[in-house]
Amino acid sequence: MTPHALWTAFYTILSREIRRFTRIWAQTLLPPAVTMTLYFVIFGNLIGSRIGQMGGFDYMQFIVPGLIMMAVITSSYANVVSSFFSMKFQHNIEELLVSPVPNWVILTGYVCGGMARGLGIGVIVTLVSLAFTHLEFHNILMVVITVILTSALFALGGFINAMLATKFDDISIVPTFILTPLTYLGGVFYSIDLLPDFWRGVSMINPILYMVNGFRYGILGVSDVNPFVSLGMILLFIVVLAAVALNLLRRGKGIRN
Amino acid sequence: MAYALEIQGLTKTYGDGFQALKGIDLKVAKGDFFALLGPNGAGKSTTLGVVSSLVNKSAGQVRVFGHDLDTELSAAKLNLGVVPQEFNFNQFEKVLDIVTTQAGYYGIPLKQALISAEKYLKQLGLWDKRNTPSRTLSGGMKRRLMIARALVHEPRLLILDEPTAGVDIELRRSMWTFLQEMNRNGTTIILTTHYLEEAEALCRNIAIIDHGQILRNTSKRELLQQLSVETFVLDLAGGHQQLPQLDGYVRRFDKDGALEVDVQKGSGLNQVFVQLQQQGIEVDSMRTKANRLEELFVRMVEANADNSDNDPKAQL
Ligand SMILES: Nc1ncnc2c1ncn2[C@@H]1O[C@H](COP(=O)(O)OP(=O)(O)O)[C@@H](O)[C@H]1O
Ligand SMILES: [Mg+2]
Repeated sequence: MTPHALWTAFYTILSREIRRFTRIWAQTLLPPAVTMTLYFVIFGNLIGSRIGQMGGFDYMQFIVPGLIMMAVITSSYANVVSSFFSMKFQHNIEELLVSPVPNWVILTGYVCGGMARGLGIGVIVTLVSLAFTHLEFHNILMVVITVILTSALFALGGFINAMLATKFDDISIVPTFILTPLTYLGGVFYSIDLLPDFWRGVSMINPILYMVNGFRYGILGVSDVNPFVSLGMILLFIVVLAAVALNLLRRGKGIRN
Repeated sequence: MAYALEIQGLTKTYGDGFQALKGIDLKVAKGDFFALLGPNGAGKSTTLGVVSSLVNKSAGQVRVFGHDLDTELSAAKLNLGVVPQEFNFNQFEKVLDIVTTQAGYYGIPLKQALISAEKYLKQLGLWDKRNTPSRTLSGGMKRRLMIARALVHEPRLLILDEPTAGVDIELRRSMWTFLQEMNRNGTTIILTTHYLEEAEALCRNIAIIDHGQILRNTSKRELLQQLSVETFVLDLAGGHQQLPQLDGYVRRFDKDGALEVDVQKGSGLNQVFVQLQQQGIEVDSMRTKANRLEELFVRMVEANADNSDNDPKAQL
Protein backbone atom coordinates (compact mmCIF):
# COMPACT_ATOMS: atom_id res chain seq x y z
CA MET A 1 0.00 0.00 0.00
CA THR A 2 1.19 3.53 -0.73
CA PRO A 3 1.75 5.92 2.18
CA HIS A 4 -1.43 7.71 1.20
CA ALA A 5 -3.40 4.46 1.23
CA LEU A 6 -1.92 3.58 4.61
CA TRP A 7 -2.98 6.94 5.94
CA THR A 8 -6.51 6.40 4.61
CA ALA A 9 -6.67 2.98 6.28
CA PHE A 10 -5.41 4.40 9.57
CA TYR A 11 -7.82 7.31 9.40
CA THR A 12 -10.68 4.90 8.64
CA ILE A 13 -9.96 2.83 11.73
CA LEU A 14 -9.56 5.89 13.91
CA SER A 15 -12.74 7.57 12.75
CA ARG A 16 -14.68 4.34 13.14
CA GLU A 17 -13.48 4.16 16.74
CA ILE A 18 -14.45 7.76 17.40
CA ARG A 19 -17.82 7.18 15.78
CA ARG A 20 -18.33 4.20 18.07
CA PHE A 21 -17.64 5.89 21.39
CA THR A 22 -19.52 9.05 20.51
CA ARG A 23 -22.53 7.00 19.37
CA ILE A 24 -22.67 5.35 22.79
CA TRP A 25 -21.66 8.50 24.70
CA ALA A 26 -23.96 7.68 27.59
CA GLN A 27 -21.80 4.63 28.30
CA THR A 28 -18.45 6.12 27.42
CA LEU A 29 -18.29 9.86 28.04
CA LEU A 30 -20.89 10.52 30.69
CA PRO A 31 -19.96 8.05 33.47
CA PRO A 32 -16.41 9.37 34.09
CA ALA A 33 -17.74 12.93 34.27
CA VAL A 34 -20.30 11.84 36.87
CA THR A 35 -17.88 9.71 38.89
CA MET A 36 -15.24 12.41 38.95
CA THR A 37 -17.73 15.02 40.04
CA LEU A 38 -18.57 12.77 42.98
CA TYR A 39 -14.90 12.35 43.84
CA PHE A 40 -14.40 16.10 43.73
CA VAL A 41 -17.43 16.75 45.93
CA ILE A 42 -16.76 14.03 48.48
CA PHE A 43 -12.98 13.78 48.72
CA GLY A 44 -12.17 17.27 47.63
CA ASN A 45 -14.77 19.43 49.29
CA LEU A 46 -16.29 17.47 52.17
CA ILE A 47 -13.41 15.32 53.42
CA GLY A 48 -10.61 17.33 51.90
CA SER A 49 -11.36 20.40 54.01
CA ARG A 50 -10.68 18.29 57.13
CA ILE A 51 -7.47 16.78 55.77
CA GLY A 52 -5.79 20.08 55.21
CA GLN A 53 -2.61 20.23 53.20
CA MET A 54 -0.99 17.43 51.20
CA GLY A 55 2.40 17.91 49.54
CA GLY A 56 2.11 21.62 50.24
CA PHE A 57 -1.25 22.05 48.46
CA ASP A 58 -4.94 21.99 49.30
CA TYR A 59 -6.07 18.38 49.31
CA MET A 60 -8.44 19.22 46.47
CA GLN A 61 -5.65 20.58 44.34
CA PHE A 62 -3.47 17.62 45.23
CA ILE A 63 -5.94 14.98 44.06
CA VAL A 64 -7.11 16.69 40.85
CA PRO A 65 -4.10 15.58 38.74
CA GLY A 66 -4.42 12.01 40.04
CA LEU A 67 -8.13 11.90 39.32
CA ILE A 68 -7.68 13.23 35.79
CA MET A 69 -5.02 10.61 35.22
CA MET A 70 -7.23 7.88 36.66
CA ALA A 71 -10.02 8.79 34.25
CA VAL A 72 -7.63 8.89 31.29
CA ILE A 73 -6.16 5.50 32.16
CA THR A 74 -9.51 3.79 32.62
CA SER A 75 -11.06 5.24 29.48
CA SER A 76 -8.12 4.57 27.18
CA TYR A 77 -7.98 0.98 28.33
CA ALA A 78 -11.72 0.41 28.28
CA ASN A 79 -12.18 1.81 24.80
CA VAL A 80 -9.73 -0.50 23.09
CA VAL A 81 -10.49 -3.60 25.11
CA SER A 82 -14.22 -3.43 24.54
CA SER A 83 -14.11 -2.26 20.94
CA PHE A 84 -11.53 -4.76 19.78
CA PHE A 85 -12.99 -7.64 21.75
CA SER A 86 -16.46 -7.08 20.35
CA MET A 87 -14.95 -6.89 16.85
CA LYS A 88 -13.52 -10.31 17.56
CA PHE A 89 -16.70 -11.57 19.12
CA GLN A 90 -18.93 -10.41 16.24
CA HIS A 91 -16.32 -11.56 13.73
CA ASN A 92 -16.13 -8.15 12.08
CA ILE A 93 -12.40 -8.29 12.71
CA GLU A 94 -12.54 -10.31 9.48
CA GLU A 95 -13.19 -7.10 7.58
CA LEU A 96 -9.68 -6.04 8.58
CA LEU A 97 -8.10 -9.43 8.09
CA VAL A 98 -9.16 -9.79 4.46
CA SER A 99 -7.95 -6.27 3.66
CA PRO A 100 -4.34 -5.33 3.02
CA VAL A 101 -3.98 -3.09 6.12
CA PRO A 102 -0.66 -3.96 7.80
CA ASN A 103 -0.75 -4.99 11.44
CA TRP A 104 1.09 -1.93 12.66
CA VAL A 105 -1.56 0.31 11.10
CA ILE A 106 -4.33 -1.73 12.74
CA LEU A 107 -2.58 -1.38 16.10
CA THR A 108 -1.90 2.32 15.66
CA GLY A 109 -5.49 2.94 14.62
CA TYR A 110 -6.95 1.22 17.66
CA VAL A 111 -4.47 2.76 20.06
CA CYS A 112 -5.19 6.24 18.71
CA GLY A 113 -8.91 5.49 19.02
CA GLY A 114 -8.39 4.67 22.69
CA MET A 115 -6.29 7.79 23.11
CA ALA A 116 -8.98 9.92 21.50
CA ARG A 117 -11.45 8.77 24.13
CA GLY A 118 -8.92 8.85 26.98
CA LEU A 119 -7.75 12.36 26.17
CA GLY A 120 -11.28 13.54 25.51
CA ILE A 121 -12.22 12.31 28.98
CA GLY A 122 -9.11 14.02 30.35
CA VAL A 123 -10.34 17.33 28.99
CA ILE A 124 -13.88 16.76 30.30
CA VAL A 125 -12.64 15.91 33.80
CA THR A 126 -10.27 18.87 33.79
CA LEU A 127 -13.15 21.17 32.92
CA VAL A 128 -15.28 19.64 35.68
CA SER A 129 -12.45 20.12 38.18
CA LEU A 130 -12.32 23.82 37.35
CA ALA A 131 -15.74 24.14 38.97
CA PHE A 132 -14.15 23.06 42.26
CA THR A 133 -10.67 24.47 42.25
CA HIS A 134 -8.34 26.50 40.10
CA LEU A 135 -5.50 24.91 38.21
CA GLU A 136 -2.20 26.43 37.23
CA PHE A 137 0.08 24.55 34.97
CA HIS A 138 3.60 24.41 36.31
CA ASN A 139 4.97 22.80 33.15
CA ILE A 140 2.41 22.44 30.40
CA LEU A 141 4.73 20.43 28.13
CA MET A 142 5.22 17.84 30.85
CA VAL A 143 1.46 17.66 31.36
CA VAL A 144 0.77 17.08 27.69
CA ILE A 145 3.55 14.55 27.12
CA THR A 146 2.75 12.54 30.23
CA VAL A 147 -0.95 12.33 29.55
CA ILE A 148 -0.49 11.40 25.90
CA LEU A 149 2.05 8.68 26.63
CA THR A 150 0.03 7.27 29.52
CA SER A 151 -3.06 7.16 27.37
CA ALA A 152 -1.13 5.35 24.61
CA LEU A 153 0.29 2.87 27.10
CA PHE A 154 -3.08 1.87 28.50
CA ALA A 155 -4.69 1.76 25.08
CA LEU A 156 -1.97 -0.76 24.18
CA GLY A 157 -2.72 -2.70 27.34
CA GLY A 158 -6.39 -2.80 26.40
CA PHE A 159 -5.48 -4.07 22.94
CA ILE A 160 -3.42 -6.95 24.32
CA ASN A 161 -6.17 -7.80 26.79
CA ALA A 162 -8.68 -7.94 23.92
CA MET A 163 -6.39 -10.14 21.81
CA LEU A 164 -5.99 -12.64 24.64
CA ALA A 165 -9.58 -12.58 25.88
CA THR A 166 -11.85 -15.42 24.85
CA LYS A 167 -14.99 -14.41 26.75
CA PHE A 168 -16.54 -11.23 28.12
CA ASP A 169 -15.35 -12.00 31.67
CA ASP A 170 -11.78 -11.80 30.45
CA ILE A 171 -12.11 -8.15 29.54
CA SER A 172 -13.23 -7.05 32.98
CA ILE A 173 -10.75 -9.05 35.07
CA VAL A 174 -7.75 -6.85 34.36
CA PRO A 175 -9.52 -3.50 34.89
CA THR A 176 -11.16 -4.71 38.09
CA PHE A 177 -8.38 -6.67 39.73
CA ILE A 178 -5.27 -4.97 38.44
CA LEU A 179 -5.91 -1.54 37.00
CA THR A 180 -8.22 -0.15 39.68
CA PRO A 181 -6.13 -1.31 42.69
CA LEU A 182 -2.91 -0.09 41.10
CA THR A 183 -4.50 3.27 40.40
CA TYR A 184 -5.84 3.66 43.94
CA LEU A 185 -2.45 2.66 45.33
CA GLY A 186 -0.63 4.80 42.78
CA GLY A 187 -0.67 7.95 44.84
CA VAL A 188 -3.85 9.45 43.46
CA PHE A 189 -5.23 10.23 46.92
CA TYR A 190 -2.08 10.56 49.00
CA SER A 191 1.60 11.33 48.84
CA ILE A 192 3.67 8.18 49.37
CA ASP A 193 5.76 10.20 51.83
CA LEU A 194 2.96 9.42 54.27
CA LEU A 195 3.65 5.70 53.99
CA PRO A 196 6.04 3.69 56.17
CA ASP A 197 9.32 2.86 54.42
CA PHE A 198 8.31 -0.67 53.49
CA TRP A 199 5.08 0.34 51.79
CA ARG A 200 6.80 3.24 50.11
CA GLY A 201 9.25 0.73 48.61
CA VAL A 202 6.37 -1.46 47.44
CA SER A 203 4.63 1.55 45.90
CA MET A 204 7.73 2.33 43.87
CA ILE A 205 7.24 -0.80 41.75
CA ASN A 206 3.75 0.36 40.76
CA PRO A 207 4.06 1.85 37.26
CA ILE A 208 0.94 3.97 37.70
CA LEU A 209 2.65 5.83 40.53
CA TYR A 210 5.11 7.25 38.02
CA MET A 211 2.43 8.40 35.65
CA VAL A 212 0.35 10.06 38.34
CA ASN A 213 3.39 11.79 39.76
CA GLY A 214 4.75 12.85 36.39
CA PHE A 215 1.41 14.41 35.64
CA ARG A 216 1.14 16.00 39.06
CA TYR A 217 4.57 17.45 38.60
CA GLY A 218 3.45 19.06 35.33
CA ILE A 219 0.49 20.70 37.02
CA LEU A 220 1.65 21.43 40.56
CA GLY A 221 5.43 21.19 40.29
CA VAL A 222 5.61 18.56 43.06
CA SER A 223 6.27 14.87 42.65
CA ASP A 224 7.18 11.84 44.75
CA VAL A 225 9.55 10.67 42.02
CA ASN A 226 11.80 12.24 39.40
CA PRO A 227 9.47 13.26 36.53
CA PHE A 228 12.03 12.31 33.89
CA VAL A 229 12.34 8.84 35.34
CA SER A 230 8.55 8.70 35.03
CA LEU A 231 8.66 9.55 31.33
CA GLY A 232 11.42 7.03 30.71
CA MET A 233 9.42 4.30 32.45
CA ILE A 234 6.31 5.03 30.44
CA LEU A 235 8.23 4.98 27.16
CA LEU A 236 9.86 1.70 28.05
CA PHE A 237 6.49 0.10 28.83
CA ILE A 238 5.08 1.42 25.56
CA VAL A 239 7.85 -0.19 23.53
CA VAL A 240 7.44 -3.52 25.31
CA LEU A 241 3.65 -3.62 25.03
CA ALA A 242 3.71 -2.54 21.37
CA ALA A 243 6.11 -5.38 20.59
CA VAL A 244 3.88 -7.86 22.40
CA ALA A 245 0.77 -6.60 20.62
CA LEU A 246 2.39 -6.77 17.17
CA ASN A 247 3.61 -10.26 17.86
CA LEU A 248 0.11 -11.39 18.85
CA LEU A 249 -1.30 -9.83 15.68
CA ARG A 250 1.35 -11.46 13.51
CA ARG A 251 0.50 -14.87 14.93
CA GLY A 252 -3.19 -14.12 14.51
CA LYS A 253 -3.66 -15.16 18.12
CA GLY A 254 -7.35 -15.69 18.75
CA ILE A 255 -8.39 -14.05 15.48
CA ARG A 256 -7.25 -16.52 12.84
CA ASN A 257 -7.63 -20.30 12.89
CA MET B 1 -0.27 -15.41 -14.61
CA ALA B 2 -3.01 -17.15 -16.56
CA TYR B 3 -4.93 -18.03 -13.42
CA ALA B 4 -7.08 -16.01 -11.08
CA LEU B 5 -6.49 -18.58 -8.36
CA GLU B 6 -3.94 -21.35 -8.05
CA ILE B 7 -3.85 -23.68 -5.08
CA GLN B 8 -1.16 -26.32 -4.70
CA GLY B 9 -0.87 -29.03 -2.09
CA LEU B 10 -2.99 -27.13 0.41
CA THR B 11 -3.46 -28.81 3.75
CA LYS B 12 -5.10 -27.57 6.91
CA THR B 13 -5.03 -29.21 10.29
CA TYR B 14 -7.10 -27.38 12.90
CA GLY B 15 -5.93 -26.84 16.45
CA ASP B 16 -7.84 -29.89 17.67
CA GLY B 17 -5.82 -32.10 15.30
CA PHE B 18 -8.60 -32.48 12.74
CA GLN B 19 -7.33 -32.45 9.17
CA ALA B 20 -9.89 -30.48 7.20
CA LEU B 21 -7.88 -30.25 3.96
CA LYS B 22 -5.74 -33.14 2.80
CA GLY B 23 -3.75 -31.66 -0.05
CA ILE B 24 -5.88 -29.64 -2.43
CA ASP B 25 -4.89 -28.63 -5.95
CA LEU B 26 -7.08 -26.20 -7.79
CA LYS B 27 -6.72 -23.83 -10.72
CA VAL B 28 -9.31 -21.27 -11.66
CA ALA B 29 -8.80 -19.43 -14.94
CA LYS B 30 -9.24 -15.69 -15.27
CA GLY B 31 -12.81 -14.79 -16.12
CA ASP B 32 -14.15 -18.17 -15.01
CA PHE B 33 -17.33 -18.77 -13.07
CA PHE B 34 -16.30 -21.60 -10.81
CA ALA B 35 -18.14 -23.70 -8.27
CA LEU B 36 -16.61 -25.55 -5.37
CA LEU B 37 -19.24 -28.11 -4.66
CA GLY B 38 -19.42 -30.35 -1.66
CA PRO B 39 -21.53 -31.54 1.27
CA ASN B 40 -21.41 -29.86 4.68
CA GLY B 41 -18.07 -30.31 6.36
CA ALA B 42 -16.27 -31.07 3.09
CA GLY B 43 -13.77 -28.26 3.56
CA LYS B 44 -15.23 -25.55 1.33
CA SER B 45 -15.18 -22.76 3.93
CA THR B 46 -11.74 -23.82 5.10
CA THR B 47 -10.41 -23.57 1.54
CA LEU B 48 -11.89 -20.12 1.00
CA GLY B 49 -10.78 -19.15 4.51
CA VAL B 50 -7.16 -19.83 3.61
CA VAL B 51 -7.49 -17.91 0.35
CA SER B 52 -8.95 -14.90 2.20
CA SER B 53 -6.38 -14.94 5.06
CA LEU B 54 -8.95 -15.85 7.70
CA VAL B 55 -7.49 -19.29 8.26
CA ASN B 56 -3.78 -20.05 8.59
CA LYS B 57 -2.80 -22.87 6.26
CA SER B 58 -0.71 -25.79 7.45
CA ALA B 59 1.10 -26.37 4.14
CA GLY B 60 0.81 -25.60 0.47
CA GLN B 61 0.76 -22.59 -1.80
CA VAL B 62 -1.94 -20.16 -2.80
CA ARG B 63 -1.63 -17.56 -5.55
CA VAL B 64 -4.18 -14.92 -6.46
CA PHE B 65 -3.54 -13.53 -9.94
CA GLY B 66 0.01 -14.81 -9.59
CA HIS B 67 0.60 -13.16 -6.21
CA ASP B 68 1.70 -15.69 -3.63
CA LEU B 69 0.02 -15.25 -0.24
CA ASP B 70 3.32 -15.93 1.49
CA THR B 71 5.34 -13.32 -0.34
CA GLU B 72 2.93 -10.79 -1.87
CA LEU B 73 0.04 -10.86 0.52
CA SER B 74 -1.08 -7.30 0.11
CA ALA B 75 -1.10 -7.46 -3.72
CA ALA B 76 -3.10 -10.68 -3.49
CA LYS B 77 -5.60 -9.11 -1.11
CA LEU B 78 -6.13 -6.07 -3.33
CA ASN B 79 -7.32 -8.40 -6.10
CA LEU B 80 -9.68 -10.33 -3.88
CA GLY B 81 -13.23 -9.69 -2.64
CA VAL B 82 -14.62 -11.98 0.05
CA VAL B 83 -18.23 -12.80 0.90
CA PRO B 84 -18.14 -15.11 3.93
CA GLN B 85 -20.68 -17.73 4.89
CA GLU B 86 -21.71 -16.07 8.18
CA PHE B 87 -22.76 -12.45 8.65
CA ASN B 88 -19.72 -10.70 10.02
CA PHE B 89 -20.43 -6.98 9.86
CA ASN B 90 -21.08 -4.79 12.88
CA GLN B 91 -24.78 -5.05 13.67
CA PHE B 92 -24.94 -1.51 14.98
CA GLU B 93 -23.29 0.24 12.09
CA LYS B 94 -25.18 1.75 9.20
CA VAL B 95 -25.19 0.07 5.82
CA LEU B 96 -23.30 2.85 4.05
CA ASP B 97 -20.71 3.12 6.83
CA ILE B 98 -20.01 -0.59 6.63
CA VAL B 99 -19.27 -0.40 2.93
CA THR B 100 -17.21 2.81 2.99
CA THR B 101 -15.24 1.64 6.02
CA GLN B 102 -14.28 -1.51 4.16
CA ALA B 103 -13.12 0.66 1.25
CA GLY B 104 -11.02 2.66 3.70
CA TYR B 105 -9.26 -0.51 4.83
CA TYR B 106 -8.18 -0.94 1.21
CA GLY B 107 -6.81 2.59 1.23
CA ILE B 108 -9.59 4.11 -0.85
CA PRO B 109 -10.32 7.71 0.20
CA LEU B 110 -13.83 8.45 1.39
CA LYS B 111 -14.87 10.51 -1.62
CA GLN B 112 -14.06 7.70 -4.00
CA ALA B 113 -15.44 5.10 -1.59
CA LEU B 114 -18.80 6.86 -1.57
CA ILE B 115 -19.04 6.71 -5.36
CA SER B 116 -18.24 3.01 -5.43
CA ALA B 117 -20.52 2.26 -2.46
CA GLU B 118 -23.42 4.07 -4.11
CA LYS B 119 -22.92 2.13 -7.32
CA TYR B 120 -23.02 -1.29 -5.68
CA LEU B 121 -25.66 -0.51 -3.08
CA LYS B 122 -27.91 0.67 -5.91
CA GLN B 123 -27.20 -2.38 -8.04
CA LEU B 124 -27.99 -4.62 -5.09
CA GLY B 125 -31.14 -2.75 -4.14
CA LEU B 126 -29.83 -1.44 -0.81
CA TRP B 127 -29.41 2.25 -1.51
CA ASP B 128 -32.69 3.15 0.21
CA LYS B 129 -31.40 1.37 3.31
CA ARG B 130 -28.04 3.12 3.40
CA ASN B 131 -28.71 4.92 6.68
CA THR B 132 -30.29 1.94 8.42
CA PRO B 133 -28.38 0.02 11.10
CA SER B 134 -27.46 -3.31 9.55
CA ARG B 135 -29.14 -5.41 12.23
CA THR B 136 -32.57 -4.32 10.99
CA LEU B 137 -32.03 -5.71 7.48
CA SER B 138 -33.65 -8.95 6.33
CA GLY B 139 -31.48 -12.02 5.80
CA GLY B 140 -31.34 -11.54 2.04
CA MET B 141 -30.42 -7.89 2.41
CA LYS B 142 -27.62 -8.76 4.81
CA ARG B 143 -26.27 -11.20 2.27
CA ARG B 144 -26.37 -8.50 -0.42
CA LEU B 145 -24.72 -6.03 1.93
CA MET B 146 -21.81 -8.42 2.24
CA ILE B 147 -21.60 -8.62 -1.55
CA ALA B 148 -21.54 -4.81 -1.86
CA ARG B 149 -18.86 -4.66 0.82
CA ALA B 150 -16.76 -7.26 -1.02
CA LEU B 151 -16.97 -5.33 -4.30
CA VAL B 152 -16.29 -1.80 -3.08
CA HIS B 153 -12.59 -1.98 -3.98
CA GLU B 154 -13.37 -3.46 -7.41
CA PRO B 155 -11.60 -6.81 -6.96
CA ARG B 156 -10.82 -8.97 -10.00
CA LEU B 157 -11.68 -12.15 -8.12
CA LEU B 158 -14.83 -12.47 -6.05
CA ILE B 159 -15.23 -15.46 -3.76
CA LEU B 160 -18.56 -16.25 -2.15
CA ASP B 161 -19.12 -18.89 0.50
CA GLU B 162 -22.64 -20.30 0.11
CA PRO B 163 -24.06 -16.96 -1.00
CA THR B 164 -27.62 -18.15 -1.40
CA ALA B 165 -27.98 -20.29 1.71
CA GLY B 166 -31.19 -19.24 3.44
CA VAL B 167 -32.16 -16.84 0.67
CA ASP B 168 -35.63 -17.21 -0.84
CA ILE B 169 -36.06 -18.32 -4.44
CA GLU B 170 -36.94 -14.98 -5.97
CA LEU B 171 -34.00 -13.28 -4.37
CA ARG B 172 -31.73 -16.15 -5.27
CA ARG B 173 -32.61 -15.65 -8.93
CA SER B 174 -31.85 -11.94 -8.80
CA MET B 175 -28.57 -12.64 -7.06
CA TRP B 176 -27.67 -15.12 -9.78
CA THR B 177 -28.44 -12.53 -12.44
CA PHE B 178 -26.27 -10.02 -10.62
CA LEU B 179 -23.35 -12.41 -10.37
CA GLN B 180 -23.64 -13.44 -14.01
CA GLU B 181 -23.56 -9.77 -14.97
CA MET B 182 -20.44 -9.22 -12.86
CA ASN B 183 -18.83 -12.23 -14.49
CA ARG B 184 -19.70 -11.02 -17.98
CA ASN B 185 -18.03 -7.74 -17.14
CA GLY B 186 -14.81 -9.55 -16.37
CA THR B 187 -14.86 -10.45 -12.67
CA THR B 188 -13.76 -14.00 -11.96
CA ILE B 189 -16.20 -15.62 -9.57
CA ILE B 190 -15.76 -18.62 -7.31
CA LEU B 191 -18.62 -19.78 -5.15
CA THR B 192 -19.13 -22.67 -2.86
CA THR B 193 -22.43 -24.37 -2.60
CA HIS B 194 -23.97 -27.63 -1.59
CA TYR B 195 -26.86 -26.71 -3.77
CA LEU B 196 -26.45 -28.31 -7.15
CA GLU B 197 -28.96 -26.38 -9.11
CA GLU B 198 -26.88 -23.33 -8.36
CA ALA B 199 -23.69 -24.79 -9.76
CA GLU B 200 -25.55 -26.11 -12.76
CA ALA B 201 -27.24 -22.80 -13.48
CA LEU B 202 -24.26 -20.52 -12.99
CA CYS B 203 -20.90 -22.14 -13.36
CA ARG B 204 -18.69 -23.14 -16.25
CA ASN B 205 -16.28 -25.21 -14.20
CA ILE B 206 -16.86 -27.28 -11.14
CA ALA B 207 -14.68 -28.95 -8.55
CA ILE B 208 -16.25 -31.47 -6.25
CA ILE B 209 -14.76 -31.57 -2.78
CA ASP B 210 -15.40 -34.05 0.01
CA HIS B 211 -13.51 -34.99 3.16
CA GLY B 212 -10.91 -32.36 2.40
CA GLN B 213 -10.08 -33.76 -1.03
CA ILE B 214 -10.94 -32.72 -4.55
CA LEU B 215 -12.78 -35.63 -6.15
CA ARG B 216 -13.26 -34.05 -9.58
CA ASN B 217 -12.25 -30.83 -11.24
CA THR B 218 -13.70 -30.39 -14.66
CA SER B 219 -16.12 -28.41 -16.80
CA LYS B 220 -19.79 -28.63 -16.12
CA ARG B 221 -20.38 -29.90 -19.63
CA GLU B 222 -17.98 -32.78 -19.24
CA LEU B 223 -19.44 -33.62 -15.90
CA LEU B 224 -22.93 -33.80 -17.33
CA GLN B 225 -21.76 -35.91 -20.24
CA GLN B 226 -20.51 -38.45 -17.80
CA LEU B 227 -23.96 -39.21 -16.72
CA SER B 228 -24.57 -42.61 -18.20
CA VAL B 229 -28.11 -42.74 -16.98
CA GLU B 230 -30.84 -40.23 -17.56
CA THR B 231 -34.04 -40.18 -15.58
CA PHE B 232 -37.37 -39.43 -17.25
CA VAL B 233 -40.51 -38.50 -15.40
CA LEU B 234 -43.78 -39.69 -16.92
CA ASP B 235 -47.20 -38.52 -15.82
CA LEU B 236 -49.56 -41.41 -16.36
CA ALA B 237 -53.24 -41.03 -17.20
CA GLY B 238 -55.43 -42.10 -14.31
CA GLY B 239 -54.04 -43.06 -10.93
CA HIS B 240 -51.81 -46.12 -10.72
CA GLN B 241 -51.18 -47.98 -7.51
CA GLN B 242 -48.85 -50.58 -8.92
CA LEU B 243 -45.64 -50.04 -10.80
CA PRO B 244 -46.04 -51.02 -14.43
CA GLN B 245 -43.92 -53.86 -15.73
CA LEU B 246 -40.90 -52.47 -17.64
CA ASP B 247 -38.35 -55.08 -18.56
CA GLY B 248 -34.82 -53.74 -18.66
CA TYR B 249 -35.53 -50.44 -16.84
CA VAL B 250 -35.24 -49.34 -13.24
CA ARG B 251 -38.45 -47.53 -12.33
CA ARG B 252 -40.25 -46.10 -9.32
CA PHE B 253 -42.98 -43.64 -8.39
CA ASP B 254 -41.82 -40.22 -7.26
CA LYS B 255 -43.46 -38.49 -4.31
CA ASP B 256 -46.15 -36.96 -6.54
CA GLY B 257 -47.10 -40.31 -7.99
CA ALA B 258 -45.39 -39.80 -11.36
CA LEU B 259 -43.40 -42.64 -12.86
CA GLU B 260 -39.63 -42.25 -12.92
CA VAL B 261 -37.69 -44.38 -15.37
CA ASP B 262 -33.89 -44.60 -15.55
CA VAL B 263 -32.71 -44.93 -19.13
CA GLN B 264 -29.19 -45.93 -20.12
CA LYS B 265 -27.63 -43.41 -22.49
CA GLY B 266 -28.08 -44.50 -26.10
CA SER B 267 -30.64 -47.17 -25.39
CA GLY B 268 -33.63 -45.08 -26.43
CA LEU B 269 -37.13 -44.70 -25.08
CA ASN B 270 -39.16 -46.69 -27.58
CA GLN B 271 -39.23 -49.83 -25.48
CA VAL B 272 -40.68 -47.90 -22.56
CA PHE B 273 -43.65 -46.74 -24.58
CA VAL B 274 -44.17 -50.08 -26.27
CA GLN B 275 -44.29 -51.88 -22.94
CA LEU B 276 -46.59 -49.29 -21.37
CA GLN B 277 -48.93 -49.49 -24.34
CA GLN B 278 -49.08 -53.28 -24.08
CA GLN B 279 -50.32 -52.83 -20.55
CA GLY B 280 -52.89 -50.26 -21.65
CA ILE B 281 -51.23 -47.41 -19.79
CA GLU B 282 -51.42 -43.96 -21.36
CA VAL B 283 -48.79 -41.31 -20.86
CA ASP B 284 -50.06 -37.74 -20.46
CA SER B 285 -46.72 -35.98 -20.47
CA MET B 286 -43.04 -36.55 -20.02
CA ARG B 287 -39.97 -34.57 -18.94
CA THR B 288 -36.37 -35.20 -17.97
CA LYS B 289 -35.66 -34.95 -14.30
CA ALA B 290 -33.97 -31.75 -13.19
CA ASN B 291 -30.89 -31.75 -11.00
CA ARG B 292 -29.12 -34.35 -13.01
CA LEU B 293 -25.90 -33.19 -11.44
CA GLU B 294 -27.37 -33.95 -8.09
CA GLU B 295 -27.42 -37.64 -8.80
CA LEU B 296 -23.89 -37.72 -10.09
CA PHE B 297 -22.80 -35.75 -7.09
CA VAL B 298 -24.55 -37.96 -4.60
CA ARG B 299 -23.09 -41.04 -6.24
CA MET B 300 -19.58 -39.61 -6.13
CA VAL B 301 -19.84 -38.57 -2.53
CA GLU B 302 -21.31 -41.91 -1.55
CA ALA B 303 -18.51 -43.74 -3.30
CA ASN B 304 -16.03 -41.55 -1.51
CA ALA B 305 -17.67 -42.23 1.84
CA ASP B 306 -17.33 -45.98 1.23
CA ASN B 307 -13.64 -45.61 0.52
CA SER B 308 -12.83 -43.16 3.24
CA ASP B 309 -12.12 -43.81 6.88
CA ASN B 310 -15.68 -42.73 7.68
CA ASP B 311 -14.75 -39.76 9.75
CA PRO B 312 -17.89 -38.98 11.78
CA LYS B 313 -17.09 -35.26 11.68
CA ALA B 314 -17.47 -35.07 7.93
CA GLN B 315 -20.73 -36.83 7.27
CA LEU B 316 -23.30 -35.47 4.86
N1 LIG C 1 -12.20 -24.04 13.87
C1 LIG C 1 -12.29 -25.36 13.63
N2 LIG C 1 -11.72 -26.24 14.47
C2 LIG C 1 -11.82 -27.58 14.23
N3 LIG C 1 -12.44 -28.14 13.17
C3 LIG C 1 -13.01 -27.29 12.30
C4 LIG C 1 -12.98 -25.86 12.48
N4 LIG C 1 -13.64 -25.29 11.45
C5 LIG C 1 -14.06 -26.30 10.67
N5 LIG C 1 -13.70 -27.50 11.18
C6 LIG C 1 -13.98 -28.82 10.60
O1 LIG C 1 -13.38 -28.90 9.32
C7 LIG C 1 -14.23 -29.55 8.40
C8 LIG C 1 -14.47 -28.67 7.22
O2 LIG C 1 -15.23 -27.55 7.61
P1 LIG C 1 -15.68 -26.44 6.59
O3 LIG C 1 -14.51 -26.03 5.79
O4 LIG C 1 -16.40 -25.39 7.35
O5 LIG C 1 -16.69 -27.27 5.67
P2 LIG C 1 -17.78 -26.74 4.64
O6 LIG C 1 -17.64 -25.28 4.48
O7 LIG C 1 -17.49 -27.50 3.39
O8 LIG C 1 -19.11 -27.12 5.21
C9 LIG C 1 -15.50 -29.89 9.17
O9 LIG C 1 -15.43 -31.25 9.54
C10 LIG C 1 -15.46 -29.01 10.36
O10 LIG C 1 -16.07 -29.62 11.47
MG1 LIG D 1 -18.97 -23.79 4.90
